[in-house]
Amino acid sequence: MRVIEISCVEVWREISNFLEGWVDPELRARMEAHFAVCSNCKAVLDGTGNVVKLIADGQTFDVPAGFSERLFSKLR
Amino acid sequence: MKTAGKAKTTTFKSGHLLKGAESPVVSETMRSLGDEVVAPGLSYIVTRGSAGSARAAMQGSRTLMPQPQVDATEQELIRRVREGDKEAFYGLVRPYERAVFFAARSVLNNDADAEEAAQEAVLKAFMHIEEFRGESKFSTWLVQIAINEARMKLRKEHRELYESLDESTADEQGDYWPKDFADWREIPIEALQLKELREALSKALASLEPKYRQVLVLRDIQQFSVAETAETLGLSGEAVRTRLHRARLRMRDALAPGFDGAWIRGRGWEKVRPW
Repeated sequence: MRVIEISCVEVWREISNFLEGWVDPELRARMEAHFAVCSNCKAVLDGTGNVVKLIADGQTFDVPAGFSERLFSKLR
Repeated sequence: MKTAGKAKTTTFKSGHLLKGAESPVVSETMRSLGDEVVAPGLSYIVTRGSAGSARAAMQGSRTLMPQPQVDATEQELIRRVREGDKEAFYGLVRPYERAVFFAARSVLNNDADAEEAAQEAVLKAFMHIEEFRGESKFSTWLVQIAINEARMKLRKEHRELYESLDESTADEQGDYWPKDFADWREIPIEALQLKELREALSKALASLEPKYRQVLVLRDIQQFSVAETAETLGLSGEAVRTRLHRARLRMRDALAPGFDGAWIRGRGWEKVRPW
Protein backbone atom coordinates (compact mmCIF):
# COMPACT_ATOMS: atom_id res chain seq x y z
CA MET A 1 0.00 0.00 0.00
CA ARG A 2 1.37 3.37 -1.00
CA VAL A 3 1.52 5.64 2.02
CA ILE A 4 0.70 9.29 1.43
CA GLU A 5 2.78 11.76 3.39
CA ILE A 6 1.24 13.61 6.29
CA SER A 7 2.25 16.91 7.84
CA CYS A 8 3.33 17.40 11.45
CA VAL A 9 0.26 19.60 12.03
CA GLU A 10 -2.05 16.83 10.91
CA VAL A 11 -0.15 14.35 13.08
CA TRP A 12 -0.46 16.52 16.17
CA ARG A 13 -4.21 16.84 15.60
CA GLU A 14 -4.56 13.06 15.62
CA ILE A 15 -2.07 12.10 18.35
CA SER A 16 -4.73 11.39 20.97
CA ASN A 17 -6.90 9.46 18.50
CA PHE A 18 -3.86 7.47 17.43
CA LEU A 19 -3.08 6.50 21.03
CA GLU A 20 -6.67 5.35 21.51
CA GLY A 21 -6.79 3.38 18.26
CA TRP A 22 -9.50 5.62 16.86
CA VAL A 23 -7.83 6.29 13.49
CA ASP A 24 -8.58 4.30 10.37
CA PRO A 25 -5.92 1.93 8.99
CA GLU A 26 -4.87 4.30 6.22
CA LEU A 27 -4.31 7.23 8.58
CA ARG A 28 -2.54 4.94 11.04
CA ALA A 29 -0.13 3.83 8.34
CA ARG A 30 0.57 7.42 7.33
CA MET A 31 1.20 8.46 10.91
CA GLU A 32 3.46 5.48 11.61
CA ALA A 33 5.49 6.28 8.53
CA HIS A 34 5.77 9.88 9.74
CA PHE A 35 6.89 8.86 13.25
CA ALA A 36 9.63 6.77 11.70
CA VAL A 37 11.24 9.86 10.18
CA CYS A 38 10.16 12.73 12.43
CA SER A 39 11.78 12.70 15.88
CA ASN A 40 9.80 15.75 17.06
CA CYS A 41 6.44 14.14 16.42
CA LYS A 42 7.68 10.86 17.87
CA ALA A 43 8.62 12.81 21.01
CA VAL A 44 5.12 14.29 21.20
CA LEU A 45 3.60 10.83 20.74
CA ASP A 46 5.81 9.20 23.34
CA GLY A 47 5.39 12.02 25.83
CA THR A 48 1.64 12.13 25.49
CA GLY A 49 1.39 8.37 25.83
CA ASN A 50 3.62 8.47 28.88
CA VAL A 51 1.48 11.13 30.54
CA VAL A 52 -1.70 9.15 29.86
CA LYS A 53 -0.14 6.08 31.44
CA LEU A 54 1.04 7.98 34.50
CA ILE A 55 -2.25 9.72 35.27
CA ALA A 56 -4.21 6.51 34.79
CA ASP A 57 -2.16 4.81 37.48
CA GLY A 58 -4.07 4.49 40.75
CA GLN A 59 -1.23 5.82 42.87
CA THR A 60 -0.96 9.15 41.08
CA PHE A 61 -3.90 10.91 42.65
CA ASP A 62 -5.53 10.06 45.91
CA VAL A 63 -8.53 11.12 47.94
CA PRO A 64 -7.89 13.01 51.20
CA ALA A 65 -7.19 10.95 54.32
CA GLY A 66 -10.44 9.91 55.98
CA PHE A 67 -12.54 10.78 52.93
CA SER A 68 -14.31 7.40 52.88
CA GLU A 69 -15.31 7.68 56.52
CA ARG A 70 -16.71 11.18 56.04
CA LEU A 71 -18.44 10.65 52.69
CA PHE A 72 -21.74 9.51 54.14
CA SER A 73 -21.73 11.88 57.12
CA LYS A 74 -24.69 13.85 55.81
CA LEU A 75 -26.82 10.69 55.70
CA ARG A 76 -26.26 9.84 59.34
CA MET B 1 -39.18 20.06 20.83
CA LYS B 2 -41.72 17.29 21.20
CA THR B 3 -43.23 16.35 24.48
CA ALA B 4 -45.16 13.20 25.17
CA GLY B 5 -46.69 11.10 27.88
CA LYS B 6 -47.03 12.74 31.23
CA ALA B 7 -44.54 15.43 30.30
CA LYS B 8 -44.62 18.48 32.47
CA THR B 9 -41.91 21.02 31.88
CA THR B 10 -41.04 23.82 34.17
CA THR B 11 -37.95 25.91 34.48
CA PHE B 12 -36.61 26.46 37.95
CA LYS B 13 -33.89 28.71 39.21
CA SER B 14 -30.51 27.25 39.87
CA GLY B 15 -30.39 24.89 42.80
CA HIS B 16 -34.05 23.90 42.84
CA LEU B 17 -34.70 20.24 42.46
CA LEU B 18 -37.03 19.51 39.63
CA LYS B 19 -39.64 16.98 40.58
CA GLY B 20 -42.27 15.17 38.66
CA ALA B 21 -39.96 13.91 35.92
CA GLU B 22 -41.73 10.67 35.15
CA SER B 23 -40.49 10.06 31.67
CA PRO B 24 -37.16 10.33 29.87
CA VAL B 25 -38.95 12.47 27.29
CA VAL B 26 -39.68 15.01 29.98
CA SER B 27 -36.00 15.25 30.74
CA GLU B 28 -35.11 15.66 27.07
CA THR B 29 -37.56 18.52 26.91
CA MET B 30 -36.02 20.07 29.96
CA ARG B 31 -32.66 20.02 28.24
CA SER B 32 -34.01 22.37 25.62
CA LEU B 33 -34.97 24.90 28.26
CA GLY B 34 -31.77 25.01 30.19
CA ASP B 35 -28.14 24.31 29.73
CA GLU B 36 -27.38 22.15 32.69
CA VAL B 37 -29.02 18.85 33.26
CA VAL B 38 -27.82 16.09 35.52
CA ALA B 39 -29.61 13.02 34.26
CA PRO B 40 -33.08 11.91 33.44
CA GLY B 41 -35.19 12.23 36.52
CA LEU B 42 -32.85 14.41 38.56
CA SER B 43 -32.35 17.81 37.05
CA TYR B 44 -30.84 21.10 38.02
CA ILE B 45 -31.97 23.69 35.51
CA VAL B 46 -30.32 27.04 35.02
CA THR B 47 -32.82 29.53 33.70
CA ARG B 48 -30.14 31.24 31.65
CA GLY B 49 -30.84 29.08 28.69
CA SER B 50 -28.43 27.99 26.08
CA ALA B 51 -30.86 25.98 24.07
CA GLY B 52 -28.51 25.51 21.16
CA SER B 53 -25.80 23.94 23.21
CA ALA B 54 -28.31 22.04 25.30
CA ARG B 55 -29.93 20.69 22.15
CA ALA B 56 -26.56 19.73 20.71
CA ALA B 57 -25.63 18.08 23.98
CA MET B 58 -28.91 16.24 24.01
CA GLN B 59 -28.53 15.10 20.45
CA GLY B 60 -25.01 13.93 21.10
CA SER B 61 -26.18 12.25 24.26
CA ARG B 62 -29.09 10.61 22.46
CA THR B 63 -26.74 9.22 19.84
CA LEU B 64 -24.33 7.99 22.46
CA MET B 65 -26.86 6.90 25.12
CA PRO B 66 -25.82 3.42 26.14
CA GLN B 67 -28.20 0.56 26.67
CA PRO B 68 -29.30 0.00 30.28
CA GLN B 69 -26.17 -1.09 32.07
CA VAL B 70 -27.07 -1.73 35.67
CA ASP B 71 -25.80 -5.16 36.57
CA ALA B 72 -27.76 -7.61 38.66
CA THR B 73 -25.83 -6.87 41.86
CA GLU B 74 -26.43 -3.15 41.56
CA GLN B 75 -30.07 -3.71 40.66
CA GLU B 76 -30.54 -5.64 43.89
CA LEU B 77 -28.74 -2.99 45.91
CA ILE B 78 -30.87 -0.25 44.33
CA ARG B 79 -34.02 -2.20 45.13
CA ARG B 80 -32.94 -2.43 48.77
CA VAL B 81 -32.00 1.25 48.89
CA ARG B 82 -35.47 2.12 47.63
CA GLU B 83 -36.79 0.26 50.64
CA GLY B 84 -34.70 2.51 52.87
CA ASP B 85 -31.66 0.26 53.36
CA LYS B 86 -28.75 2.63 54.03
CA GLU B 87 -26.20 -0.17 54.25
CA ALA B 88 -27.13 -1.19 50.74
CA PHE B 89 -26.57 2.41 49.64
CA TYR B 90 -23.09 2.45 51.16
CA GLY B 91 -22.29 -0.72 49.23
CA LEU B 92 -23.71 0.77 46.06
CA VAL B 93 -21.63 3.94 46.27
CA ARG B 94 -18.32 2.58 47.66
CA PRO B 95 -16.90 1.44 44.30
CA TYR B 96 -17.38 4.97 42.94
CA GLU B 97 -16.09 7.04 45.85
CA ARG B 98 -12.96 8.10 44.01
CA ALA B 99 -14.93 8.89 40.87
CA VAL B 100 -17.29 11.11 42.85
CA PHE B 101 -14.43 12.93 44.56
CA PHE B 102 -12.35 13.46 41.45
CA ALA B 103 -15.34 14.58 39.42
CA ALA B 104 -16.07 17.27 42.03
CA ARG B 105 -12.36 18.05 42.30
CA SER B 106 -12.13 18.60 38.55
CA VAL B 107 -14.65 21.41 38.89
CA LEU B 108 -13.64 22.93 42.23
CA ASN B 109 -9.87 22.48 42.14
CA ASN B 110 -9.43 22.13 45.90
CA ASP B 111 -9.86 19.14 48.21
CA ALA B 112 -12.06 20.71 50.89
CA ASP B 113 -14.71 22.02 48.51
CA ALA B 114 -14.61 18.82 46.48
CA GLU B 115 -15.21 16.73 49.57
CA GLU B 116 -18.14 18.93 50.60
CA ALA B 117 -19.67 18.61 47.14
CA ALA B 118 -19.10 14.84 47.16
CA GLN B 119 -20.96 14.52 50.46
CA GLU B 120 -23.86 16.57 49.08
CA ALA B 121 -23.89 14.44 45.95
CA VAL B 122 -24.24 11.13 47.77
CA LEU B 123 -26.94 12.63 49.98
CA LYS B 124 -28.86 13.79 46.90
CA ALA B 125 -28.40 10.40 45.26
CA PHE B 126 -29.81 8.65 48.30
CA MET B 127 -32.77 11.00 48.59
CA HIS B 128 -33.63 10.67 44.91
CA ILE B 129 -32.75 7.05 44.23
CA GLU B 130 -36.34 6.52 43.02
CA GLU B 131 -35.56 8.71 40.05
CA PHE B 132 -32.69 6.60 38.77
CA ARG B 133 -34.23 4.64 35.92
CA GLY B 134 -31.27 2.56 34.78
CA GLU B 135 -30.98 4.17 31.36
CA SER B 136 -27.33 4.82 32.11
CA LYS B 137 -24.88 3.22 34.48
CA PHE B 138 -25.40 4.06 38.13
CA SER B 139 -21.84 5.40 38.20
CA THR B 140 -22.62 7.82 35.37
CA TRP B 141 -25.73 9.05 37.15
CA LEU B 142 -23.90 9.45 40.44
CA VAL B 143 -20.96 11.29 38.89
CA GLN B 144 -23.33 13.60 37.02
CA ILE B 145 -24.84 14.58 40.36
CA ALA B 146 -21.35 15.21 41.76
CA ILE B 147 -20.41 17.39 38.79
CA ASN B 148 -23.54 19.47 39.18
CA GLU B 149 -23.19 19.81 42.94
CA ALA B 150 -19.65 21.04 42.36
CA ARG B 151 -20.77 23.49 39.69
CA MET B 152 -23.48 24.87 41.94
CA LYS B 153 -20.97 25.28 44.76
CA LEU B 154 -18.55 27.04 42.45
CA ARG B 155 -21.27 29.33 41.19
CA LYS B 156 -22.48 30.16 44.69
CA GLU B 157 -19.17 30.58 46.52
CA HIS B 158 -16.64 31.58 43.89
CA ARG B 159 -18.48 33.61 41.32
CA GLU B 160 -15.25 35.20 40.07
CA LEU B 161 -13.92 31.78 39.16
CA TYR B 162 -17.07 30.52 37.55
CA GLU B 163 -16.68 29.84 33.87
CA SER B 164 -19.69 30.74 31.80
CA LEU B 165 -21.59 27.64 30.79
CA ASP B 166 -21.85 29.00 27.29
CA GLU B 167 -18.09 29.24 27.11
CA SER B 168 -17.59 25.85 28.61
CA THR B 169 -19.81 24.13 26.07
CA ALA B 170 -18.56 26.00 23.01
CA ASP B 171 -16.05 24.11 20.93
CA GLU B 172 -12.68 25.72 20.78
CA GLN B 173 -11.46 26.75 17.37
CA GLY B 174 -7.90 26.37 16.20
CA ASP B 175 -5.15 23.91 16.89
CA TYR B 176 -2.98 23.49 19.95
CA TRP B 177 0.71 23.27 19.13
CA PRO B 178 2.64 20.99 21.52
CA LYS B 179 6.01 22.28 22.73
CA ASP B 180 8.99 20.96 20.87
CA PHE B 181 11.03 18.65 23.07
CA ALA B 182 13.05 16.51 20.76
CA ASP B 183 14.59 14.38 23.46
CA TRP B 184 11.93 12.45 25.37
CA ARG B 185 12.71 9.92 28.03
CA GLU B 186 9.92 7.81 29.33
CA ILE B 187 9.08 8.19 32.99
CA PRO B 188 8.61 4.73 34.44
CA ILE B 189 5.56 4.01 36.54
CA GLU B 190 7.91 3.27 39.46
CA ALA B 191 8.82 6.95 39.50
CA LEU B 192 5.33 7.67 40.83
CA GLN B 193 6.74 6.72 44.20
CA LEU B 194 8.52 10.06 44.04
CA LYS B 195 6.43 12.62 45.88
CA GLU B 196 7.83 15.32 43.60
CA LEU B 197 6.46 13.64 40.49
CA ARG B 198 3.02 13.17 41.99
CA GLU B 199 3.02 16.82 43.04
CA ALA B 200 4.07 17.87 39.57
CA LEU B 201 1.23 15.85 38.06
CA SER B 202 -1.29 17.35 40.49
CA LYS B 203 -0.02 20.84 39.75
CA ALA B 204 -0.22 20.23 36.02
CA LEU B 205 -3.77 18.95 36.35
CA ALA B 206 -4.80 21.95 38.43
CA SER B 207 -3.35 24.28 35.79
CA LEU B 208 -5.68 23.01 33.08
CA GLU B 209 -8.76 24.98 32.15
CA PRO B 210 -11.81 23.39 33.83
CA LYS B 211 -13.34 22.18 30.56
CA TYR B 212 -10.18 20.21 29.75
CA ARG B 213 -9.57 19.05 33.29
CA GLN B 214 -13.08 17.61 33.64
CA VAL B 215 -12.77 15.51 30.50
CA LEU B 216 -9.29 14.31 31.42
CA VAL B 217 -10.38 13.32 34.93
CA LEU B 218 -13.37 11.32 33.74
CA ARG B 219 -11.71 9.69 30.75
CA ASP B 220 -8.09 9.15 31.75
CA ILE B 221 -8.24 8.99 35.53
CA GLN B 222 -11.65 7.40 36.05
CA GLN B 223 -11.52 5.42 32.79
CA PHE B 224 -15.02 6.43 31.69
CA SER B 225 -15.72 5.66 28.06
CA VAL B 226 -16.12 8.54 25.63
CA ALA B 227 -19.87 7.94 25.65
CA GLU B 228 -20.05 7.99 29.44
CA THR B 229 -17.89 11.11 29.60
CA ALA B 230 -20.07 12.80 27.00
CA GLU B 231 -23.25 11.89 28.82
CA THR B 232 -21.91 12.97 32.21
CA LEU B 233 -20.78 16.37 30.97
CA GLY B 234 -23.55 17.01 28.46
CA LEU B 235 -21.16 17.09 25.51
CA SER B 236 -20.99 15.44 22.14
CA GLY B 237 -18.55 12.60 21.63
CA GLU B 238 -16.60 14.78 19.25
CA ALA B 239 -16.26 17.53 21.86
CA VAL B 240 -14.99 14.98 24.38
CA ARG B 241 -12.35 13.74 21.96
CA THR B 242 -11.24 17.28 21.07
CA ARG B 243 -10.99 18.38 24.69
CA LEU B 244 -9.25 15.16 25.70
CA HIS B 245 -6.68 15.70 22.99
CA ARG B 246 -5.98 19.27 24.10
CA ALA B 247 -5.91 18.29 27.78
CA ARG B 248 -3.35 15.57 27.16
CA LEU B 249 -1.05 17.80 25.12
CA ARG B 250 -1.26 20.51 27.75
CA MET B 251 -0.41 18.01 30.49
CA ARG B 252 2.58 16.84 28.49
CA ASP B 253 3.77 20.40 28.04
CA ALA B 254 3.21 21.27 31.71
CA LEU B 255 5.33 18.32 32.81
CA ALA B 256 8.03 18.34 30.20
CA PRO B 257 10.50 20.70 31.92
CA GLY B 258 11.01 18.03 34.54
CA PHE B 259 11.90 15.34 32.04
CA ASP B 260 15.32 14.46 30.60
CA GLY B 261 15.87 11.60 32.96
CA ALA B 262 15.50 13.58 36.18
CA TRP B 263 12.71 11.33 37.39
CA ILE B 264 14.48 8.17 36.41
CA ARG B 265 17.66 9.11 38.25
CA GLY B 266 15.62 9.87 41.36
CA ARG B 267 16.73 13.46 41.58
CA GLY B 268 14.34 16.20 42.51
CA TRP B 269 12.51 17.97 39.75
CA GLU B 270 14.95 20.34 38.19
CA LYS B 271 14.75 22.44 35.15
CA VAL B 272 17.39 21.05 32.87
CA ARG B 273 16.34 22.86 29.76
CA PRO B 274 16.46 26.61 29.23
CA TRP B 275 12.70 26.97 28.70
